[in-house]
Amino acid sequence: MKPSMRKLGAAIIVMLVALMANLTYIQVVKAVDYRHDPNNRRTVLEEYSRARGQITASGGVVLAQSNPSKDQYRYQRVYPGGAMYANLTGYYSLRYGPTGLERLQNDLLAGNDPQLFVEQLSDLITGRDPQGGNVQLTIVPAVQKAAYDGLSAKGYVGAVVAINPSTGAILAMASTPSYDPNPLASHSEDVQRKAYNQLVEASPSPILDRTIGAVYPPGSTFKLVVTAAALQHGFTPQSQVPGAPTITLPDTGGATLSNYDREACAGRGGASVTLTQALAYSCNTAYATVAMDIGAAALKQQAAAFGITGDNSSIDGFPVAASRTGTMETASGATDLGALAQSGIGQRDVALTPLEDAVVAATIANGGQRMQPYLVAKTTRPDLSVIDQATPVSLGQAIPASVADEIRTMMVASENATPGSGHIAGITIASKTGTAEHGTDPKNTPPHAWYVAFAPADHPKVAVAVFVANGGDRGLNATGATVAAPIGRDVIAAALAGLS
Amino acid sequence: MTGGPGSPAGLSGNSGNGSPAGSAKANTAAPSNRRPRRRTGRGAELWLLIFAAIIVTAALMIVELNQHQALKIELVYYGGGYLAVFAIAHVVVRALAPYADPLMLPLVALLNGLGLVMIYRLDLAEAAKHANATPQAPLQLLWTAVSLVLFLVTLLVIRDHTSLQSYPYTLAFAGLIFLALPAALPRSLSEVNGAKIWIRIPGLLSVQPSEFAKITLIVFAAAFLVSKRGVLSTAGPRFLGLTLPRIRDLGPLVALLAVSLGVLVVSNDLGPALLIFGVLLAMVYLATSRVSWLIIGLLAFAGGAVLAYQFVPHLRVRVDIWLHPFADPQGASYQLVQSLFGLGTGGIFGTGLGAGRPDIVPYASTDFITAALGEELGLVGLTAIIVCFMILVGRGMRAALAARDNFGSLLAAGLSFSIGLQVFVIIGGVTGLIPLTGLTTPFVSYGGSSLLANYIILALLLRISDSSRRPPVKQPRRTGTLAQARTEILSRSAK
Repeated sequence: MKPSMRKLGAAIIVMLVALMANLTYIQVVKAVDYRHDPNNRRTVLEEYSRARGQITASGGVVLAQSNPSKDQYRYQRVYPGGAMYANLTGYYSLRYGPTGLERLQNDLLAGNDPQLFVEQLSDLITGRDPQGGNVQLTIVPAVQKAAYDGLSAKGYVGAVVAINPSTGAILAMASTPSYDPNPLASHSEDVQRKAYNQLVEASPSPILDRTIGAVYPPGSTFKLVVTAAALQHGFTPQSQVPGAPTITLPDTGGATLSNYDREACAGRGGASVTLTQALAYSCNTAYATVAMDIGAAALKQQAAAFGITGDNSSIDGFPVAASRTGTMETASGATDLGALAQSGIGQRDVALTPLEDAVVAATIANGGQRMQPYLVAKTTRPDLSVIDQATPVSLGQAIPASVADEIRTMMVASENATPGSGHIAGITIASKTGTAEHGTDPKNTPPHAWYVAFAPADHPKVAVAVFVANGGDRGLNATGATVAAPIGRDVIAAALAGLS
Repeated sequence: MTGGPGSPAGLSGNSGNGSPAGSAKANTAAPSNRRPRRRTGRGAELWLLIFAAIIVTAALMIVELNQHQALKIELVYYGGGYLAVFAIAHVVVRALAPYADPLMLPLVALLNGLGLVMIYRLDLAEAAKHANATPQAPLQLLWTAVSLVLFLVTLLVIRDHTSLQSYPYTLAFAGLIFLALPAALPRSLSEVNGAKIWIRIPGLLSVQPSEFAKITLIVFAAAFLVSKRGVLSTAGPRFLGLTLPRIRDLGPLVALLAVSLGVLVVSNDLGPALLIFGVLLAMVYLATSRVSWLIIGLLAFAGGAVLAYQFVPHLRVRVDIWLHPFADPQGASYQLVQSLFGLGTGGIFGTGLGAGRPDIVPYASTDFITAALGEELGLVGLTAIIVCFMILVGRGMRAALAARDNFGSLLAAGLSFSIGLQVFVIIGGVTGLIPLTGLTTPFVSYGGSSLLANYIILALLLRISDSSRRPPVKQPRRTGTLAQARTEILSRSAK
C-alpha cells in the first residue's frame, strides 16, 4: 500500500504543478492579450477610476470634475452645473458609457491623449496615477444661465444659442428639457439604471440637444436670408413690395398665402410697403413675392453662403443636424413657385438648427463674414499648461459688408416694431422674430416661436437665436415676439453685462 | 497519558515539551511506563497560527487601503478575534490530539482567512454596485466559527478513528440517503440558483449534502477496502497480463458509487460526481496496488464521459466552453472568459488586494474565488495558495504513510487526495485547463456546507496523524517467567 501511496502523492504534485504551469501561461504569456481584449471591462474600469480632467466654462467655472471618493472607483465624477450644462458635458456613466464632451474629449480627460505623452511617461516611471487633461469651454456661465433659466422657468421645450459674432465663440448653448447628469455618473449601478431609464423614457426627450440635434422651420427669421439675397438682386431697403393681406400662389391651383392674422402689411390697408417695413412687420405676402422675384437658385445660393447647405456638420465633435432650404423644385426639376414662395417665409421644407439661425444673425452682425462656431476655448494639461488654444476661423464673406449694414438697419427697425418685454435701456438691438407653423395640421398646432438678434447693433458683441417649440405657454396665440423675444433680450443683457 | 502540554516550543526548539518538567529532565529519560518525550509540534503550530493571523490581518488592511476605507482599529480586533478563535482550536488540539500534525491547522487557518478577506473584498464591490447587496463575509465568518466548533466536536467524539471502521454500511447508507434527499424534496426546499442539489430550511440555512456524502463514502470505502484487501489484490482472472478483479469482491462499493454518481449526474452536479469517482478509484488503487484497477476505472470514466457528453446537454455546453472559450465571450463562456481576463490582468504580481475587479466574474466568491485571488494576488500569490494546498495534502499523505493501521492509512490518503483532486478540478476548471465543473475551493470559497465538511476532514486527518505520531507506550521490561506474566490490554491503534 505504501509504494502506491507515494505514487498517488506524486500524482497530486503533478496535478498541482500542471495548475501552476497553466497559470503561468495565462498570467505571463497570455496576460497582455487578455488585458487588452476588447471584451475585458477591467480596462474601462481602470480608466473610470482615474483622476479625470475638468470641464470648465469661461472664467474657470467648473462644469465637471472628479472628486476623490472613498469607494473602489476612487473618484466620483460630479457636474456642479447640473442640468443647465448637461447637453454639453454629457455624463460619464460606467454602465452606459460616456456622452457629450465626456465622450468627445474622453482621450484627453482620461489622460490617454498622445498630447499628454510626457505626463504619461512620467506617471509610468513614478508610479503615480495617470491624470487627465482639462477642457475649457467658450460658454459664459451668466449667459448660459440666462438662456437656460429663460427656457426652463416656464417649462418651455426649446433652445438658445448665443455667439460672439466676431470670433464664432459660443457663449451659451442651452436646451430644454434637460436632465441632471449626476445620478448617471453615480457609483451605484442601481442609481445609474434608474436615472438612465427615466432619461430614455421621458418625453419630450431630455437627451435631444435642440440647439444642434434637430432642425425646425425657422419661419420669419429666414426672411433675413431672403433679404440678404434680395439686396444683392436689385432690391434696396426702400424697394416697394406688395402689402396685401393675402396672395394666391402660382402653380398651386389657387392656394393662398397670408400675413399673420390676415392683416394688411404695416397697417397700410394693403398698399405697397418698403422692404424695411415688410421685414419689420414680417409681411409674408411681401417676402413670398420677393422670393419668387429673385428665384430659387439665388435664394439657395445665399442660404448656402450662410451655412444652410443641407449637409451634416459638426462643432468640436458634436454632430450638427443639417440645416436645409429644400429643393423648391417640382418633380420634373422646374422651379416650384409655390414652394419658393413658402420657402421665402421660412416654411415648406426650410428647416434650421437654432445654432444655424444664430450663425445667420452673427454673420450679419460681423459685417457679413461668417465665423466657424466653436465651443472648446482651450485644452490644458494636468498642470494647466495649454495644449491647444482655439483660434477663430473665418468661413468667408456670406454677404458684402454693405448689405450686412443695410440688414442691420432693417433689423433695428424690426426690433422697434416688435412688442414683448425685456427691452434694455441704452442698448440698441437688431432682431427678427419668427412664428413658424408646423405639423400635419399647421393652423391648429401651436407654432414654434423664434427670435434672432444681435446687440449692440452698431458694434455687436453677441448674437443670439431663441427657439421655443410649440408656442411655449401661449398655445396657438404664441408669436416669436411674445414667447421667444423676452428670453433673447435677457440673454443679450446677460452677455453685455458680463462683457462690460 | 502524556501529561499536560508544556510551554510552547519555537520552531527551533529541540526540547521535548510533553511535560512541564522541561528539557533538562527530558534528556535524562529514566525508564518508566510513560511515553518517551517527543516533540508534539504544538508550539510550532501556535507560532504558525500567529503567522497566519498576521498575514490575514495584513491582507485585510491592504484591502481597506486599496478600497480607500479608513484604517480602523477594528481591523486589529478582527485579526485578533480571528487569531483567538484559532487559538481556541489550537488549545483543544493540544488537549485532544497533542501529537497531531502541526502544519495542517495553520495552513487551513491561512487559507480560510484569505478566503474570508477575499469574500469581504467582494462584498465591498457588490455594496458599491447595489445598495441592497447582501454581504457574504459575516455569514462566512459565522460558518467558520460553526465549522471550528464542529471540528472540535469531531475531535472530541472520535477519540480513535478506528471506531469509524465499525459502522461502514451505516455510514454509507446515511450518506446515500442524505445525498439523494434533494432529488426527493420539492424544488422549493432543494433548489438554489437552478441546481437541485441542496437541502433548504427556508430562512435558516441551506446544506449541500454532497459535501458530507463525500466524507461518508470515503470512510466507507476505506473500511470496505481494508476488509477486502486480500481478496482484491490477489484473486481474479488474468487477461492480457492484467489481473482482472472479481466483480463480486467489489460489488457493494461499485453499487454505492453507481447510485451516488447517478444521483449527482441526474441533478447536474458534475463536480462532486467527478470528485467522488476519482477519490474512490484512487483508494481502490491504493488498497490493491493494482494498476489494472486504475485502467479499468479510467476506461469506465472515459465511457461514462462519452455517454454523458451524448446525453447531458449541460456537460456538452461545458466541454464546448472549455474547447472554445472565446467563441461566445459575452454569452455562454462569459464567466470563464472573465476569469481568464482577471487572471491575465492580474499578471505576475497581481493588482493588489482590493485594487482589481474580481467582482466582474460571476460567482467570484464561490466557484471562481481562485480567479479573484489570482487577479489581485497575481501568479505569485495564487501559486503560493496552491503550494499551501500542496503542503496540506502532502502532510495528509504523510499521516497516511505513517498511520499504524491500514484503515487509518487508507482513510487519510483518501481524504487528502480528495482535497488535492478538488483543488485540481476547480482551479483547473476556472483556469480553462479542464472543463469547468462546479466545486468549491476547500476552505477558501464562500459556502457553509463546504467549510463544515472540510473542517470535518481536517479533524479526521489530525486525529489519524495524532495516532500515528503518538509514541507507543513503552512497556516496562518484563522479568520473571512466562508463568508469571499477566494478561494485558493493548491499545487498538498499536495493533
